[in-house]
Amino acid sequence: MAYTGEEMKEKLKLYSYWRSSCGHRVRLALSLKGIEYEYIPVNLLKGEQFDPDFIKINPMGTVPALVDGEVVITDSFAIIMYLDEKYPEPPLLPRDLHKRALNYQVASIVSSGIQPHQNLAVIRYIEEKTNGEEKIAWINNAIRKGYTALEKLLVNCGGKYATGDEIYLADLFLVGQIHGAMIKFKIDVEPYPTLAKCYESYKELSVFDDAVPAKQPDAPAPSI
Amino acid sequence: MVKSLYATSGEEKLKLYSYWRSSCAHRVRIALSLKGIEYEYIPVNLLKGEQSDPEFKKINPMGTVPALVDGDIVISDSFAIIMYLDEKYPEPPLLPRDLHKRAVNYQAASIVFSGIQPHQNLGITRFIEEKVNSEEKTAYVTNAIKKGFTALEKLLVSYAGKHATGDEVYLADLFLAPQINGAINRFQINMMQSDSCCDTIDHHIRGTVPDTCKVLPIIQQPSCVSKRSSRKAARCSCFHQLIL
Repeated sequence: MAYTGEEMKEKLKLYSYWRSSCGHRVRLALSLKGIEYEYIPVNLLKGEQFDPDFIKINPMGTVPALVDGEVVITDSFAIIMYLDEKYPEPPLLPRDLHKRALNYQVASIVSSGIQPHQNLAVIRYIEEKTNGEEKIAWINNAIRKGYTALEKLLVNCGGKYATGDEIYLADLFLVGQIHGAMIKFKIDVEPYPTLAKCYESYKELSVFDDAVPAKQPDAPAPSI
Repeated sequence: MVKSLYATSGEEKLKLYSYWRSSCAHRVRIALSLKGIEYEYIPVNLLKGEQSDPEFKKINPMGTVPALVDGDIVISDSFAIIMYLDEKYPEPPLLPRDLHKRAVNYQAASIVFSGIQPHQNLGITRFIEEKVNSEEKTAYVTNAIKKGFTALEKLLVSYAGKHATGDEVYLADLFLAPQINGAINRFQINMMQSDSCCDTIDHHIRGTVPDTCKVLPIIQQPSCVSKRSSRKAARCSCFHQLIL
């Protein structure tokens, strides 16, 4: 089901926010597959996801959103699977069924076990209903619990990256999560040796370096 | 029995560690029954904390349900289990062939497993109840469910046929049915409230079961291998049985 030259006439568009770990995952997939795309920023802090023009394109009002001609796909997991199915090289899933399952588990732990408990809406809610300390405790607990689960899952995998010697789906989710947690919440991955080893390996890859949030067009200029 | 395209990992029956009320486990049970896969059901009582028992942790270090054991392989997480089952036992397929419709199925599943369910599970509901109060907990869960259903409604309104993304039961339906079941029965969400905008979802679930039947939590899961010769009829029959 690989793409044809005809379909590539119109560049893909990615609506994203520089700091979104969900957007980060998708950018990694696009970079790994060498897919050109137009980056269109949507500032979540300013509420641009609610602009009528954006809602017209994406009625869900969320980022990331991928526009491929007339097709609009939201949700980072769905976008990544779509990209992998439409542009199969390099593959984001191994051939072995069990290793594929491991990749799905990692993606799910991050996207349903950790990220929903650290997103802007939830942490604002917790701070409003309780206080700042409870919010920090909540975030720490959610991330550490998730990292503990990931460590258990991946400790016996071996290989350079999460599930072997190639970059797969799991790595895309891990990078965004680990990077985001370090920058936003100052939570380090050091206590989790397998995750830490993976993250060190990712740093050596230029495609990963290009996709970091701070290098995106809408990232604020670094303060000196 | 279902013909698998891959070498089986042994003669041993699959084992499913599950809790009767878990919507995540409910999704997996639907998949197993749709594909006519026999399995041994092993209950783990979450309210009693049985997921933390050393014996269970030895089998599944993650300490979560559902967990599928296939010989030496243990897979936790409902999405991963369902994808594993679909890849190992391809018939009937849980994803359509069309790329865009596959993406719609992934989106629907993701809205449920990352957008709704994490905000109604025991961890967060106990936290809110303890730190704030019970009314706030109810409001939080209700808001998460309604927000998620609104998103699902927008997503599926253009694709729904007899089921969520067409006339066949696919991945989206496996995630929708338990979520709706839980919303109605555990959290008393009114699907017909005007601010829920749940017409498509409501029609989907009502289109799948006769009006006179209620959607009930599953307590015991008998093997669901249909005796009918038609595979399509068997799929719908299994789906009906699992949400009645």
